[in-house]
Amino acid sequence: MIIELGHFAVLLAFGLSLVQLSVPMIGASKNWSSWMQLADITAILQFVLIAFSFGTLTWAFVTSDFSVQLVAENSHSLKPMLYKVSGVWGNHEGSMLLWILILVFYGALVAVLGGNLPAPLKARVLSVQAMISAAFLGFLIFTSNPSWRLANPPLDGNDLTPLLQDPGLAFHPPFLYMGYVGLSMSFSFAVAALIEGRVDAAWARWVRPWTLLAWVTLTIGIALGSWWAYYELGWGGWWFWDPVENASFMPWLIAAALLHSAIVVEKRETLKSWTVLLAILAFSFSLIGTFIVRSGVITSVHAFANDPERGVFILGILTVAIGGALTLYAVRASKLQSNSAFSLVSRESGLVVNNLLLVVAAAVVFFGTIWPLVAEMTTGRKLSVGAPFFELAFTPFMVLLAMFLPIGAMLSWKRAQVGKTVKHLRGAMALASAVGIFIWSRETGGRMMAPVGLALAAWLVFGTLVDLGVRVRFGKIPFAQVLRRLRNLPRSDWGKSVGHIGFGLTIWGIAAVTAWEVEDIRVVNVGDSFTVAAYDFEFKSVNRIQGKNYSADLGHVTASENGKVVAQLYPEKRFYPVQRMPTTEAAIQTTLTRDLYVVLGDRQADGSWAMRTYIKPFTVWIWIGSITMALGGLLSMTDRRYRVASTARRKEPDAVPAE
Amino acid sequence: MKRLFLILMLLASPTLAVQPDEILADPVLESRARVISKELRCVVCRNENIDSSNAEVARDLRLLVRERLSAGDNDVEVVNFVVDRYGEYVLLKPRFDRSNALLWGMGPLALIIGAGVAILFIRRRPRVQVAGLSVDEQHRLDELLGK
Repeated sequence: MIIELGHFAVLLAFGLSLVQLSVPMIGASKNWSSWMQLADITAILQFVLIAFSFGTLTWAFVTSDFSVQLVAENSHSLKPMLYKVSGVWGNHEGSMLLWILILVFYGALVAVLGGNLPAPLKARVLSVQAMISAAFLGFLIFTSNPSWRLANPPLDGNDLTPLLQDPGLAFHPPFLYMGYVGLSMSFSFAVAALIEGRVDAAWARWVRPWTLLAWVTLTIGIALGSWWAYYELGWGGWWFWDPVENASFMPWLIAAALLHSAIVVEKRETLKSWTVLLAILAFSFSLIGTFIVRSGVITSVHAFANDPERGVFILGILTVAIGGALTLYAVRASKLQSNSAFSLVSRESGLVVNNLLLVVAAAVVFFGTIWPLVAEMTTGRKLSVGAPFFELAFTPFMVLLAMFLPIGAMLSWKRAQVGKTVKHLRGAMALASAVGIFIWSRETGGRMMAPVGLALAAWLVFGTLVDLGVRVRFGKIPFAQVLRRLRNLPRSDWGKSVGHIGFGLTIWGIAAVTAWEVEDIRVVNVGDSFTVAAYDFEFKSVNRIQGKNYSADLGHVTASENGKVVAQLYPEKRFYPVQRMPTTEAAIQTTLTRDLYVVLGDRQADGSWAMRTYIKPFTVWIWIGSITMALGGLLSMTDRRYRVASTARRKEPDAVPAE
Repeated sequence: MKRLFLILMLLASPTLAVQPDEILADPVLESRARVISKELRCVVCRNENIDSSNAEVARDLRLLVRERLSAGDNDVEVVNFVVDRYGEYVLLKPRFDRSNALLWGMGPLALIIGAGVAILFIRRRPRVQVAGLSVDEQHRLDELLGK
């Protein structure tokens, strides 16, 4: 019964979204305040209804109600509670409901917290939000209903894919969706601004926190996914340039560009129409990502043709949303006059360079992702575009970005002198070059990956520290005053520094592990010892163990360095009987300087075991860097100017507050 | 998500990619084999190279690559040998040829065009903002100055 109530709530929410997409929009153009205010109520109600519906589905999963088809197909009574709950979104229908839940949650947030928004803008934003929620609620109701019952409920369920029974992946989709959907807010603000024909500093001040929130959660979601791949898939790869990964990476890149260009709008009231375009593009890529993942069109044109219903529906949403927004943009963008100029050398130009590189990088990823499809449709040739292409075609833009970043970040607004900035940065340049040269001189074989990557990482970190130092006049005034200045720096300045350092740390991890990883594949007997790089490994034992819903072979390997045991490693080979699926659980010992990564392979005919061992230098910095980037975003988001509700809409073209 | 999971399942089945019995005795040949393997697609997999794939076909291809290398082929010959049999679909890095020119050229081209547009945009406007008075303001000023 309760699941039917949940379904009913979804239908009601759909009806409300239809009201919300029309009435407040009309109210805003006629300036009828009661029509506009209706949006607040409907937005909150939509959230309450969808939250209730999501609750009923979660209840069905938690209580293992196998009369619900979705539960029967994706859950099992023996599954640990965490995975019963995460199983709600571990399938298509449930994940769409989660998508919508987050969407209407954001809508309700605007309704509740947006008190300082001008009434017509707020009404229009909520109306555009309702268009999106109506489209996706329609999608849910007509193609992906999670509430179907089974006439003959099975005794137990099919279980969730064992690979997903993992804490990293349990939280990966919610974060990813918070990011995807968070970009819908920037989109709604952009469309509302186009309808109103005005974009100003106050507008940017509302858009930037939303973009930051979306970008931060997207960063965390992507990091969780790649961390999961790293430890779960069994050979320590952490990024595969798979279309599904690219689908989340493209909005991330565009959102990164958007959150930078919004600064220019906020501080300098220029790049307005470009920023609006980025806001539209960012959410468009979220939708394209959803389409790629849901329709399977990239995997194969035929898979799409075989089961076209969902794909066609999302394609329809995509066409209307992107096409509509871009048409509106084409008609109205000229209204968005920028009224301040800047010289070719200035912070504004630095941010233009940032935007250009990020957008081109996103375009490369997009082109690479759809190229097989384009080639097959236009010429009938079947070809592949995989990791080697992206590594070659994408990386140069990130290298350029990293090279420009510390300089651009230090240029002053409006008009700057390169010479002055470079003078500040000379020390950082020298240090970074020293790092590169030192590594290059110690390398054998002359590969450039490590020296270049690590020098760039050092350049980013030192350059950012120099920027901070200059801001607080480090070395110029007494240390106590420096400390006070540091304390008084606006959070957005801290956010900028922390975020940029995070970018450097991620590059550090990527370059180091790519260049210096050591791999060993061999057959070993229990009791054997072997040496990989500076480590001696001993294969102690293998035991059969029983988990809650799986059985496993548990290996025991010790690793020693210079005769001293540094790690006890327990690699597992698991077997999940319900899904009849084996998985590998790599044993990983992480330190800040390297990961030891041991995987138990197949038992050979003679009773020995295949074993893979990796020494992965500095891998953990990839994720430390990502989380640092996310932290930087959070710091910026909590800057005083976004918290204080003093953002009355006024023109202040010359106001340049904290940088 | 379901589809993602299916793909990941394929990625994660337990037999491990390169097996100990496949490895060539000559470390130089073996490292060349590994490099080549990372650029060849496992044809039944989704976006996975033969080096990390667990599929039977991938193993066959890995053995084929090593066989050709042992027979004295250079890297290009080995790749061509595989492409002749399996088509260009096996190449994870599409060739630099005319039909893929757009794919390879897109990034640099977009950067150049984008940079050009950006420079035009920045230079088009006056370097330094002159905050001119509007007609009304000028009028008011004139009034105040008693003109």
